[in-house]
Amino acid sequence: MLKIEGLRAEVEGKEILKGIDLEVPAGEIHAIMGPNGSGKSTLSYVLAGREGYEITGGAVSFHGQDLLAMEPEERAAAGLFLAFQYPVELPGVGNANFLRTALNAIRRSKGEPELDAMQFLKVARARMKALSMPEDMLKRGVNVGFSGGEKKRNEVLQMALLNPGMAILDETDSGLDIDALKIVADGVNAMRGPAFSSLVITHYQRLLDYIVPDKVHVLMGGRIVQTGGPELAHQLEASGYGSVQAA
Amino acid sequence: MPAVTETIDAVQSVTQGAYKYGFETEIDMEFAPKGLNEDIVRFISAKKEEPAWLLEWRLKAFALWKTMVEPTWPAVKYPPIDYQDAYYYAAPVKKAGPKSLDEVDPELLRTYEKLGIPLKEQAILAGVEGAGDTPAEGGRMPIAVDAVFDSVSVATSYKDRLAKEGIIFCAISEAVREHPELVRQYLGSVVPQGDNFFAALNSAVFTDGSFVYIPKGVKCPMELSTYFRINAKSTGQFERTLIIADERASVSYLEGCTAPMRDENQLHAAVVELVALDDASIKYSTVQNWYPGDENGKGGIYNFVTKRGACRGARSKISWTQVETGSAITWKYPSCLLLGEDSVGEFYSVAITNNWQQADTGTKMFHIGPRTRSTIISKGISAGQGQNTYRGLVKISPKATGARNFTQCDSLLIGDQCGAHTVPYIENRCITAKVEHEATTSRIAEDQLFYCRQRGLSQEDAVGLIVNGFCREVLKELPMEFAVEAQKLLQISLEGSVG
Ligand SMILES: Nc1ncnc2c1ncn2[C@@H]1O[C@H](COP(=O)(O)OP(=O)(O)OP(=O)(O)O)[C@@H](O)[C@H]1O
Ligand SMILES: [Mg+2]
Repeated sequence: MLKIEGLRAEVEGKEILKGIDLEVPAGEIHAIMGPNGSGKSTLSYVLAGREGYEITGGAVSFHGQDLLAMEPEERAAAGLFLAFQYPVELPGVGNANFLRTALNAIRRSKGEPELDAMQFLKVARARMKALSMPEDMLKRGVNVGFSGGEKKRNEVLQMALLNPGMAILDETDSGLDIDALKIVADGVNAMRGPAFSSLVITHYQRLLDYIVPDKVHVLMGGRIVQTGGPELAHQLEASGYGSVQAA
Repeated sequence: MPAVTETIDAVQSVTQGAYKYGFETEIDMEFAPKGLNEDIVRFISAKKEEPAWLLEWRLKAFALWKTMVEPTWPAVKYPPIDYQDAYYYAAPVKKAGPKSLDEVDPELLRTYEKLGIPLKEQAILAGVEGAGDTPAEGGRMPIAVDAVFDSVSVATSYKDRLAKEGIIFCAISEAVREHPELVRQYLGSVVPQGDNFFAALNSAVFTDGSFVYIPKGVKCPMELSTYFRINAKSTGQFERTLIIADERASVSYLEGCTAPMRDENQLHAAVVELVALDDASIKYSTVQNWYPGDENGKGGIYNFVTKRGACRGARSKISWTQVETGSAITWKYPSCLLLGEDSVGEFYSVAITNNWQQADTGTKMFHIGPRTRSTIISKGISAGQGQNTYRGLVKISPKATGARNFTQCDSLLIGDQCGAHTVPYIENRCITAKVEHEATTSRIAEDQLFYCRQRGLSQEDAVGLIVNGFCREVLKELPMEFAVEAQKLLQISLEGSVG
């Protein structure tokens, strides 16, 4: 489903991704761990098509398409979703309005009928209930004044609504309390299936107790330096990144 | 077709491309000779079959105008206007006299249909289904429309229905004939003939516009609106609107405007006067969508307008809401004279300048009575080479004890060729008064755009969403059907501004 080959990217002349090779087949969940500043968020932004990153080498295919040639919204329409490490505030833009606009944009691109306000509310309420989110969060400005944990839950809500084929979760567990962590993990697990893959970026092994990954990759210095099964996360938790030898 | 559906159709037609109202209606027109002199003033007055006092009033204005000079203080630039090179009266040839809808030229009806303006009356209780985001509370009332085409009002709907409540809603030229005592009492009482250069010009040559009188204790049962259309070439539009809310009366009034696309600049110099007596309230909303000129700055309307409301009565309230998306140049400062004790003035404004548009707009709040309050919320958006100036005056007289003003001016910049300027003047001569002013300038952040696009929104939809969010405090003041239209308009006005 997602195939990254020799991906190199720089920001402001500084090379951050130094040749990433990674393949996530359909139906699999892969975790990416790695020290601060190793390039995890950069990888997620490059995959989602954010401006300001210069791709200096390599290729990415998504469902057989050349992902890097697509606009960000085309990638979203193709089913790529990014839960932001730092969700962005949109003052004055109602959360419900934003979610519905996004959902309808995706539905339009799939040739599905758009949802009107009432239909949308029904769907959104059900999803919010599953995530234990209070309904008044629909009325507030997008992420404006949300607590750290609320912002993360709002990202997961969007994922659940947009129902992507590939979700990149960039530290969605950071800042969540223990109960919220479980709720969010349940949200991701509920989406598991042959047509859903995910790249879960995290610093904490604990999340991977709830979302059990098919593979764990270690990203250091802009490269994947080690790949293993769920046990690799336990190993890292015990002995830190010092034990990882450069590949 | 119910008004709501009409509005939605209009919105759809707007969303399909840039300026959708740029067409021209082919119709036989009658003009005054080109140019401006006393004879033209007399010609207009005669055309309107006006009484002698009004001709005198006009001539006095004309004499004043000749002694005045165009203001140079606004932060706008344009080549000198040749006032002799324009027509001051242009009207479709028609049978004289007030008209029922059936008598209106079908070509004109088609024009308004194309513009999405509902002129046909509906049975009051016809099921108007809620559309859009918020379902309406119960059946929504239709909107009464006065349609002004170049220099004349061509139709006014729901007049009879409104007359049952004692409400007068008609063309001002008709009010001069039918209700001379009211017109004579109030005309020029808020904006005198010599108030400023453009107001004087308007007073001399004003042609049509709307007149509204809401009697004591009456709450107007439907939105009233006037739709201004400039159609003829080389023609200025000088309309005059006068709205009076008697004691305990209330009314919500909407104004819309469009014009064909032309290479030349056309002048629109209107005067609007509002009078609110004890406990009365007037809500005046404008969605100004005059042709803004092309992307190279050619053509477009010069919108030089004087709007002022007098809160004469105790506890009266006047609220201006404006969404200014069109015109090559906008020069207007809807103001409130807060005379009555505890009276309230409000100004909510969104002004967009894209391409080469220039806007110098704001408000003036004159606090004269005790405990008068005013709120000013201004949102300026500049894109392309657009220049946007907020200019506001808050003046508090020594007698306005306990007066309060809150002003918030926010500017949003899109791109790096445009400009935003905030020029607040505060003159507080009362020690117990409180004046607060806040101002911000921001840009649409890259991360906001990216966030939206990651969720599947196109660049333009993302800009539209963020801009609408930025303007939310103002848009929520608009009557709902206008709000939907305004949101779409904002987006269209900014088309091509990013990327
Ligand atoms: N716009 C930028 N300008 C300069 N350096 C940048 C920019 N964006 C990212 N970097 C640098 O790139 C490196 C990788 O950053 P990135 O955010 O991808 O790290 P990360 O692995 O997600 O870290 P964390 O675990 O702390 O979230 C860091 O050294 C960061 O400072
Ligand atoms: Mg990161």
